Amino acid sequence: MNYRMIVYIIGNILQAEGALMLFSAMLAAYENEEKELQAFLVTIGLLFLLGLIMKRKPKDRKIYGKEGFVIVALSWIVISLFGALPFYFSGSIPGLMNCWFETVSGFTTTGSTILSEVESLPRSILFWRSFTHWIGGMGILVFVLAIVPLGDERSMHLMKAEAPGPVVSKLVPKIKSTAKILYGMYIVLTIIQCVLLYVGGMPLFDSVNHALATAGTGGFSVKNTSIAAYENPYFEYVITVFMLLFSINFNLFYLLLIREFKSVFKNEELRYFMVIIGISTLLITVNILPMYSTLESAFRHAVFQVASISSTTGFMTANYELWPELSKTILIVLTILGGCGGATCGGLKISRFIILLKLTIREIRHIIHPRSVNIIKLEGQKVSDETIQGTVGYFIIYIMLLFGSFILISIDNYDFTTSLTAVITALGNVGPGLSLVGPVENFGLFSDFSKFVLSMDMLFGRLEIFPMIMLFSPTVWKRANM
Amino acid sequence: MKIVIVGDGKVGNTVAEQLSTEGHNIIVIDSNANALANAGNTMDIICLEGNGCTTAIQEMAGVPDADLLIAATSADEVNMLCCLLGKKLGARHTIARVRNPEYFAQLSLLKEELGLSMAVNPESAAAEEVSRLLRFPSALKIEPFARGRVELVELKVPEKSVLNGTPLWALYKEFQVKILVCAVQREEEVIIPAGDFILQANDKIYITAAHIEIERFFRVLGLFRNRARSVMIIGGGRLAYYLAKELISIHVRVKIIEMDKKRCEYLCEMLPEAVIIHADGTDKEVLQEEGLEKTDALVTLTGMDEENIIVGLYAKAKKVPKVVVKINKISFTEILDKMDIDSFISPKTIAANNIVRYVRAMQNSVGSSNVETLYRLINDQVEAVEFKVREKSGVVGVPLKNLKTKENLLVATIIRKGKIIIPGGNDTIEIGDNVIVVTTGRHLSDLREIQQKLGNF
Repeated sequence: MNYRMIVYIIGNILQAEGALMLFSAMLAAYENEEKELQAFLVTIGLLFLLGLIMKRKPKDRKIYGKEGFVIVALSWIVISLFGALPFYFSGSIPGLMNCWFETVSGFTTTGSTILSEVESLPRSILFWRSFTHWIGGMGILVFVLAIVPLGDERSMHLMKAEAPGPVVSKLVPKIKSTAKILYGMYIVLTIIQCVLLYVGGMPLFDSVNHALATAGTGGFSVKNTSIAAYENPYFEYVITVFMLLFSINFNLFYLLLIREFKSVFKNEELRYFMVIIGISTLLITVNILPMYSTLESAFRHAVFQVASISSTTGFMTANYELWPELSKTILIVLTILGGCGGATCGGLKISRFIILLKLTIREIRHIIHPRSVNIIKLEGQKVSDETIQGTVGYFIIYIMLLFGSFILISIDNYDFTTSLTAVITALGNVGPGLSLVGPVENFGLFSDFSKFVLSMDMLFGRLEIFPMIMLFSPTVWKRANM
Repeated sequence: MKIVIVGDGKVGNTVAEQLSTEGHNIIVIDSNANALANAGNTMDIICLEGNGCTTAIQEMAGVPDADLLIAATSADEVNMLCCLLGKKLGARHTIARVRNPEYFAQLSLLKEELGLSMAVNPESAAAEEVSRLLRFPSALKIEPFARGRVELVELKVPEKSVLNGTPLWALYKEFQVKILVCAVQREEEVIIPAGDFILQANDKIYITAAHIEIERFFRVLGLFRNRARSVMIIGGGRLAYYLAKELISIHVRVKIIEMDKKRCEYLCEMLPEAVIIHADGTDKEVLQEEGLEKTDALVTLTGMDEENIIVGLYAKAKKVPKVVVKINKISFTEILDKMDIDSFISPKTIAANNIVRYVRAMQNSVGSSNVETLYRLINDQVEAVEFKVREKSGVVGVPLKNLKTKENLLVATIIRKGKIIIPGGNDTIEIGDNVIVVTTGRHLSDLREIQQKLGNF
């Protein structure tokens, strides 16, 4: 383990977080929120000081896969810790565990909150809450990679560990330019959404916050009743479209940018995603039709909820807790599936689902024709055995983690649906579950222990499990690594 | 620049690594997924799996708008086809590795039709270098500049040498030779020395000067040895063929020991003047029987690095005056330096250097000076670059003492109209000069870059 390099990179991350927090501090100054301004400034000071101490450029800058995993996992824990400080110092969220839960939920783009009342919070705090979504969506390491060269030639290990999806590829040969392009597209899309919302009549502050939360596929809202508060179909459609856009692999936007339209339409994952969205919307529309006056409103609510859950955002326009069981079940299945790889969304990812689906088909074929040779293709290319094994392994660990956390949450003695959907939604970085953690409820009811378990689940889910597991496996930390 | 490399072998990998650290956008194509995975993890490049000779893959790799396509797969035919295809798709320049002697010889006929900008032959280039070493065996390494007018030579300061304890400024006073020490390797450390630098025993020093001066210097030191008149080569591969041919042309007696009967016959046919022995060159008995102890030089060129080193060490123990060992892939260069073997050569590094030089020259084809020659020394820690000054720039016409050059950088030699100048503080760089710069900093591609960047502090 190259400890010095780990410390150096985390030092960089801390300073980056400090720099990003300046926006919130500026807002606090503008809004004359003195207590909050102080809280932000103290945190920023801490971040820069620590960063300065830790940023000693080590001589040996070689990192390998395991360092990549450990750095990413540690960074996310550290930025969540420091990100929670403004909430704590300003006293806007009571209790350290609550602050931690809220921040992890923000950075991992989950959007589960422990607050029942958000509208009365200071604006700078609300903005920081939404901004954590935006930072966490594309990943803070990718952000740092765009600015400073971290691991020399080997920073790919960092990107691989942070970026979601089974296969991580660069857009252009240089990792720095790749990171810049990704953030460039991310920023542009966010601004477009913000402008569209603002033009439609949403207050500027609200549109900025909602755009940030949508971009990261997070789900924190500045309204207690989320997007439902506006009762404005235009906002709902705009947000629906952008939630879907942000759950599409960003490589596809790049392909559009360089005018490779053909490859975009041929993209298999995108097609599957569209089919899944289409069918779910259709089924739910039909299912809830009796509850709404017009077909349009039924469709609008159905498609918004489907997009919100599939993209793992977690905004809502309707209390689907009251919908028929079929609709609720579909939404829970979508919670598990998530969006496409290489986007800002969470969940199991469509590409993994496709691989597992094709693997199942192959196994069945193999039983019928024991001597047949079958390969699994994704995007027209053979999927390597390594990727298949990785996907199966990932799925198994996912399930194990789900049940393990489920048991731990059950200690709190809430009903089956509450406990299970809380874990599913945390692992998938979605936000709302069902029953007591349903769309209009919040996570404040859980004990501190459960909150900790759920926040860990969010980190596991966002970083796709392995980095976090690495962090807790003793062999990684041993000197000789044996 | 955007550079596509087909073939992630020894040369491909070395070139990719070098060019990627120099800041170019590199895309590597290979059909071996494992090799690629490794490359992708250790370098900041894009890897593509597939057959680089197909339009589909080349288009995917972006060959149509690439500045350079380098084909370095193991098959010459594939490389040539690759370049032909790449050129048709729109790559600006193409470089192919061509190793087969017969193909290489007829390449001048095909070069234009294939659209090749350059053909690289690692073995032939390595053979040239070995032949230089055998002509001047006192040096551990010789690199020519300005078409051989100036040479850069490596030597080790012996234990009981007059050099031991001499400061560099006193060299001319003591020995009356016009040479310049441009780099010193002491233990693991690499130093670009100033005038007050004092030499010590076991330092490896790099000097630049005209060949005659270097010869005089070696004579004064008592290190001079006459050129090898008989050379024994172990292993009869392509490199051995090129080397033997070169040596025979300067009337050196050559003996090649090769294990494969068929290859022996082929060599015998192609090299009638050489003695070809069909035997195991790593066998002690064979070596002694064939007169290892009486030969002037031994060159080990088998495909196995380990065997090459062992035979080389054995020959050194038997007091063979000059031993040259070929290294293919071993990356433990630190321990090689400590071995009692005169010189190591690595065809892949030589080929990679040639390609890197071409790329730098391409890069500044619009600049004020051209890279003519480029060598990398001491495990790539030092670069010696020769520039041809084409037009006026900030460094032209200024006395060197007034030029604020970068740290660890030395203007080693100026060649003006065939005259060699070992520059002092009052000398200037003029248009039309060839200038040799030695530095531990990397990636010089224009002479202007020797200056310190303003506002960098």
